Amino acid sequence: MSGDGLLNIMMRDGDPAAAAGYDDPPPRMGFFTDTSVCIGCKACEVACKEWNGVPEDGLNWTGWSHDNSEGLGADTWRHVAFIEQRARLGDHETNFQRPDDDFRWLMASDVCKHCTHAACLDVCPTGAIFRTEFGTVVVQADVCNGCGYCVPACPYGVLDKREDDGRIFKCTLCYDRLGVGQEPACAKACPTDSIQFGELEVLRERAAVRVEALQDAGVTQARLYGHDPNDGVGGDGAFFLLLDEPEVYGLPPDPVVTTRDLPAMWRRVGIAAASLVAVGVASAIGARS
Amino acid sequence: MSTDNGASPQRASRDSYYGSPIINLPVWEEREIAGYLFLGGLAGGSSILAAAADAAAAPRLRRRARLTAGAAISLSFAALIKDLGRPARFVNMLRVLKPTSPMSVGTWLLSGYAPLAYGAAASELSGRAPRAGRAAGAGAGLLGSTVATYTAALIADTAVPAWHEGHRELPFLFGGSAAAAAGGFGLLAGPRNENEPARRMAVLGGAGELIATQLFERRLGLVAPVLHDGVAGRRLKAARALTVGGTIVAAAGGRRHRLLAGCAGAALVAGSALTRFGLFAAGMQSARDPHYTVELQRRRRLDDQGSEPSPTTSGAEVAAHSSSSA
Amino acid sequence: MTDIRLPAPSDWPVLRQLRGTDRLGRGAATKSRGSAALTARTHTADRVVKSVCPYCAVGCAQNVFVADDRVIQIEGDPDAPHSRGRLCPKGSASLQLTTGSSREQHVLYRAPHAADWERLDLETAMNMVADRMVATRRDGWEWEREDKRVRRCMSIAALGGATLDNEENYLIKKLLTALGIIQVENQARVCHSSTVVGLGTSFGRGASSTLPADLQNSDLIVLEGSNMAEAHPVAFQWVVEAKARGATIVHVDPHYSRTSALADLFVPLRAGTDIAFLGAIINHVLTTESDFREYVVAYTNAPTIIREDFEDAGGDGLFSGFDPDLPGYDPQSWQYQDAFVAAAAGQRDQEGNLPAQGPGGEGQRREDAGGEPQMDLTLQHPRCVWQILKRHYAGYTPEMVQRVCGVPQEVFARVCELFVANSGRERTTAFVHGVGWTQHTIGSQYIRAASILQLLLGNMGRPGGGVMAMRGHASIQGSSDIPTLFDTLPGYIPMPHAHSHHDLEEFVAGNAANKGFWGNMRDYTVSLLKAWWGAAATDANEFCFDYLPRLTGSHSTYDTVMEQIAGTVKGYILFGQNPAVGSANSRMQRLGMSKLDWLVVRDFSLIESATWWKDGPEIESGEMRTQDIATEVFFFPAAAHTEKDGTFTNTQRMVQWHHKAIEPVADQRSDLWFTYHLGHLIRQRLDGSADEMDQPVLDLTWNYPTEGPYDEPNAVAVLAEISGWRADGELLSAYTELKDDGSTSCGCWIYCGAFAEGVNQTARRKPASEQNWTGGEWAWAWPANRRILYNRASADPEGRPWSERKALVWWDAEQGKWTGHDVPDFQADKPPDYRPAEGATGPDALAGDDPFIMQADGRGWLYAPAGVAEGPLPTHYEPQDSPVRNALHRQQRNPSRQVYDHENNRYHPDPGAPGADVFPFVATTYRLTEHFTAGGMSRWTPYLSELQPEFFVEVSPELAGDRGLTHGGWAMIVSARGVVEARVMVTDRMTPLQVDGRTIHQVGMPYHWGPNGYARGDSMNELSAMSLDPSSHIQEVKVLTVDVQPGRRPRGAQRHALVTEYRERAGITAQTGMAP
Repeated sequence: MSGDGLLNIMMRDGDPAAAAGYDDPPPRMGFFTDTSVCIGCKACEVACKEWNGVPEDGLNWTGWSHDNSEGLGADTWRHVAFIEQRARLGDHETNFQRPDDDFRWLMASDVCKHCTHAACLDVCPTGAIFRTEFGTVVVQADVCNGCGYCVPACPYGVLDKREDDGRIFKCTLCYDRLGVGQEPACAKACPTDSIQFGELEVLRERAAVRVEALQDAGVTQARLYGHDPNDGVGGDGAFFLLLDEPEVYGLPPDPVVTTRDLPAMWRRVGIAAASLVAVGVASAIGARS
Repeated sequence: MSTDNGASPQRASRDSYYGSPIINLPVWEEREIAGYLFLGGLAGGSSILAAAADAAAAPRLRRRARLTAGAAISLSFAALIKDLGRPARFVNMLRVLKPTSPMSVGTWLLSGYAPLAYGAAASELSGRAPRAGRAAGAGAGLLGSTVATYTAALIADTAVPAWHEGHRELPFLFGGSAAAAAGGFGLLAGPRNENEPARRMAVLGGAGELIATQLFERRLGLVAPVLHDGVAGRRLKAARALTVGGTIVAAAGGRRHRLLAGCAGAALVAGSALTRFGLFAAGMQSARDPHYTVELQRRRRLDDQGSEPSPTTSGAEVAAHSSSSA
Repeated sequence: MTDIRLPAPSDWPVLRQLRGTDRLGRGAATKSRGSAALTARTHTADRVVKSVCPYCAVGCAQNVFVADDRVIQIEGDPDAPHSRGRLCPKGSASLQLTTGSSREQHVLYRAPHAADWERLDLETAMNMVADRMVATRRDGWEWEREDKRVRRCMSIAALGGATLDNEENYLIKKLLTALGIIQVENQARVCHSSTVVGLGTSFGRGASSTLPADLQNSDLIVLEGSNMAEAHPVAFQWVVEAKARGATIVHVDPHYSRTSALADLFVPLRAGTDIAFLGAIINHVLTTESDFREYVVAYTNAPTIIREDFEDAGGDGLFSGFDPDLPGYDPQSWQYQDAFVAAAAGQRDQEGNLPAQGPGGEGQRREDAGGEPQMDLTLQHPRCVWQILKRHYAGYTPEMVQRVCGVPQEVFARVCELFVANSGRERTTAFVHGVGWTQHTIGSQYIRAASILQLLLGNMGRPGGGVMAMRGHASIQGSSDIPTLFDTLPGYIPMPHAHSHHDLEEFVAGNAANKGFWGNMRDYTVSLLKAWWGAAATDANEFCFDYLPRLTGSHSTYDTVMEQIAGTVKGYILFGQNPAVGSANSRMQRLGMSKLDWLVVRDFSLIESATWWKDGPEIESGEMRTQDIATEVFFFPAAAHTEKDGTFTNTQRMVQWHHKAIEPVADQRSDLWFTYHLGHLIRQRLDGSADEMDQPVLDLTWNYPTEGPYDEPNAVAVLAEISGWRADGELLSAYTELKDDGSTSCGCWIYCGAFAEGVNQTARRKPASEQNWTGGEWAWAWPANRRILYNRASADPEGRPWSERKALVWWDAEQGKWTGHDVPDFQADKPPDYRPAEGATGPDALAGDDPFIMQADGRGWLYAPAGVAEGPLPTHYEPQDSPVRNALHRQQRNPSRQVYDHENNRYHPDPGAPGADVFPFVATTYRLTEHFTAGGMSRWTPYLSELQPEFFVEVSPELAGDRGLTHGGWAMIVSARGVVEARVMVTDRMTPLQVDGRTIHQVGMPYHWGPNGYARGDSMNELSAMSLDPSSHIQEVKVLTVDVQPGRRPRGAQRHALVTEYRERAGITAQTGMAP
């Protein structure tokens, strides 16, 4: 199959579930995480662990504000980031009586992005990672052999290997619950509705309204992240309203699915292989004595 | 890991989240995976060399090369399976055939290549079915060229900056490295009167690897410092010295002096191995430091927006940054 | 799992790829069998049991999913109007809490001097405890104290548990009171007892006037003394809701928390200065006349004229009637002119509450009682409350706020503007407070100050208004209503004090108001006595009123500790309470327990209070040796909320039934089971006794139906008794049906009707989508299912809503009754123009425009003529330990506070005195979202422990610089009571304040840790002192002074040596900080 043909199939726009071979799939489901109302309670982290039986992964006081989970991984499928900054947030007044009085405490619950173009899914050699009918990306524990390829392929640093198990784990967007019409555990628990679950299209509309409202309220830093179907991963199934640059939250500023360059790589591999054959021929011919 | 020193409060930096990596580090074991990158190249290259030797009527070189290929590919399988979290599930690799996954494609390539390589080796050992052995050898040579080069796509098709950024050059770098290794291994203790194909392959491969490395390094741009710093830097420096030396010696004196040829061969094999281990380490470092991931994307975003590209960070600045956040 | 799943050839994904539409094998083609078979366990569960979260007082409704008689998942109930299906991290972890491996399953026994636990079977243990109860009671029995009949047992005490069901508290109080045990205390003492005094005296009821869901109607929400986002995340959704609707959120706190991060305006102030801050706002409202005048004149006691001999607390800070020898007040002079009024809460039997016989006394009260308060509706009379208020707060100026609180005048001005702009006819402001206000030596007056402000601005009884008291535990409100507290009986009927010739008549006369619903106190009391002593309670014997043991002063949990140390208290029962780390001065708590003959601990896990004898700090330091400790310790594993039926009363007075999902295992039992069966065993032992001291126990009604494999008493039967019935057995539906002739029985009059018509009203679960925001048909709220108290005040005197925007209830002339969105907090058919007949008493004496129906004058009390031991008006006094002098009054500390003289309870020097600078920093304390109180329900729970694994101290960059503290390093925090170590969190969120020209550094500490459990650390309470608010006996743990040094604390004997060295350096003696 030609590289471009491959690219066309891989990068087919529209509903990823349809692209993954489901005939008339249900609407694509996802998360909208509005970090402007996150109170950093970590209910999402606990609700996720309780539902999915994710192991407790150690007592490690980091000193990163109130974050002692550090980041997404095999045993942390929801991660709440805490960022303390000397910067202004809308008309939030702290009255710290410091020369530079501005201060804001950003909190944000991170999760697997369930990309439209998911590198982890593309590179998985066993088909353990697959696209569900809801357009989400799930690792099938009964298939995964722990090759680890998906780990560095993910531009967001979501997947990781559970060492004592050998397999790779990440957020499933509660595939089991979606199947019976229930919302994911984290979104259900979230006290302030910072984590919203629903049809991606609806969430995108709601997010647009919300970000505009915040802008009007003077929160000029408010912006959406991962909502754009034209970005490097074709838009995220789990997108965010952020109050600062993505990298401040530990998110990549402009991720691109690595497999977008794969056809080009295959072409180069082909040429390189041919050159190698040529080297062999050259070595043989000249050597005939 | 805490990025804070002294009494300074844990105030977030503008560039990262407490200095933690953006992407998760590869969970691959260096010995197994970097080792496989080398062994796969050696195997594929050796199959080509064997075919070349066959065509050049150099039966002893052919024999050595076929056996080398067989041994190298066996070690490759061992390394790959050992690195799995669930080795017993290795067979799941054949559940699907995914052109989007270099590892999937590679597995199928290996599945096609290995029997041919073994067949060729078997006919050498048994001395039977030379015709079939020749056919198998030729097939192994052809597939071997892909086995030696697909691994470039394998590591480039990730979010690891040092690997992905060089995806255009990496196949040639690996191809050259494979030829240098195979040729070098042929020279090493090879029969002096039969080692011309090995010598030529070694020289061409070594030269190819050196050129590709230059282009690769230039392409890496702001990520390039990871090729010079720390373990990766030391390995790649040594690799370069060995490859340059091996190539020159092989080109100049390899034909006449058996000992020189042997030394050149050894240098090229070691150089090839160090190149793979060096690139592996460089990739890990580029993933560990969020600066590379963030800065590359910031630039790309600016370029996409068609605005002025931000002033390129000098290697020194990057190095300084790395040391501060490491 | 090393399964090699070779799919059947036809099922081989590669073939499915080629056959199907998923050519690249990224979806349908590669779906595994496991994925195809996947379903949710919540979907396949055998049953879903309706329950309530056992952690904080928001009382989030839970669905408990059960399969094969195992709890497999716990989630929020989406139908709940108050929680909307959401759960915080603790609620979300309740599956691990109840089904995890950290729960003990078996009874453990530690013999005197033994080095370790041994197993004991449950029956033996129960009998041993019963034997000890009987023997210890007999030894410690007391018929008289100072020639007054007390008929009580001082040798046994009980403490705990704020997550006890109401039914459990009811049986505990009933049994122990019948045994003559008065030292019955509860977490409710240490967390919100001052709220009960403050709100009760101001409005008539000592509970939150509103519900969190009503905050969505607020135009301004002022969170002060509350870290709501962290302590009550699910209730905080309503603040977020209000913000989205355009409300302004203000957070006033010493410490910038997750609550502050969501506020529009954060106002940092020095811990312990809120009365100065609130008093100045009151002053602003009065001087600018920005009050809601019609409301104030009609509904508050602003016009009421006070006795001539009343003297306000001026420069010296003392009101009239102060006796430095007590020290304390004789409150007679605070009364209304020509009319004695009794308080609805707090110190009601004023005479009984004076340690010594106060002058005047009941005689004078009775003769004055008939009179009507005199009023000047123009508010001009120099002795009317309005004028007194103006004079009292005249000195509370913006300049003073800056000097005392460290709040810049311009910031303070912004707060005042917000209050005024968001109060009145069209707009309302709500106060939200928590233990940040209650746990002070003048805590009751913090709440009073907020109450005064809300009355002046007309925010009480109206949508989006009120004082939202955020209680901390699942049934802490219930533990106050159906108290396991020494000074009250169910329904806030006071426990009788010892008097010469004290009978039921005198008791009622001395405690009840003549007007309003407290005028019917005799009905409530007699009905309670009938519930307890049934047939034995007759008119002839005053319904066994004499069976009630009598108080002599304060018997709070802190007084109990002193009695333990003194050797008076020999037996102690802890019901899910952990004083060894959770109470102030935890060292004193452990020393007290080490003097006991026997100790009973009922809990999930081996908390610090159960193991101090083998691994407590004093053992580690060598001050105590296990083999020297003679205390017998019984540990009984408790049942979880999923394993028993019963009710929790949440922070909005809502009584919610939680159903049993499964049976507990092994020796795990409910406290209902423990108390009921212990009672039986004791009654068996006393059976046939002719001794008069045993009659209350033998006459006690103690026959509840039992069920199940463990003979669990039926909680429904207990709730029915609480709700009450007529002699003919017919169930009561309202407290208005109660009689004082013995024809009605009711275990808690304010809960009367919870079981109306034989229906368990508390189990009602009508979905939020089918009712209005008050959620009136979800469970049941006291009183009479009213959700917003005093809502008569939402309408003007003529009965019309003050504004359409803020309409709640109103008079419907056609129907001739009050109607609206909530159950009217008023006699439903009493028209606005109703005027009581001459000499009317009780409810009949309430006019149609008297909205505060529990008050002796039907009005909200700006000025409290009775009930508050610290005086009729909130006055700023500095905390017990403070680095600064009181800039507002000469009196440094609350003159009537309770202090304790003990070498391990020393206080810090007065500011300016030599040695004062040894403890230069102000420390404040708070709760973290991820943990719960003393940690008993979170430090053993891995999913919570990993989120906050270590005890830390928050310091500003400035202080870190001064003291050389390193972020992520260790610090040692020292007080005259103890020393602890904590990880250093250097953060901008802590900010130094400029106070009276000085820089005051404040440090913050969460108080959840202790040496046991999974996540371990030092306990902040090693530092705190026992110094109490006199009206409520609550301890001051929200503010203290400390020293902070880099590094870890000393180990072993060196630990105590360091504290001693600090005391010596500060020149601390037995007199330090003790002066009134």
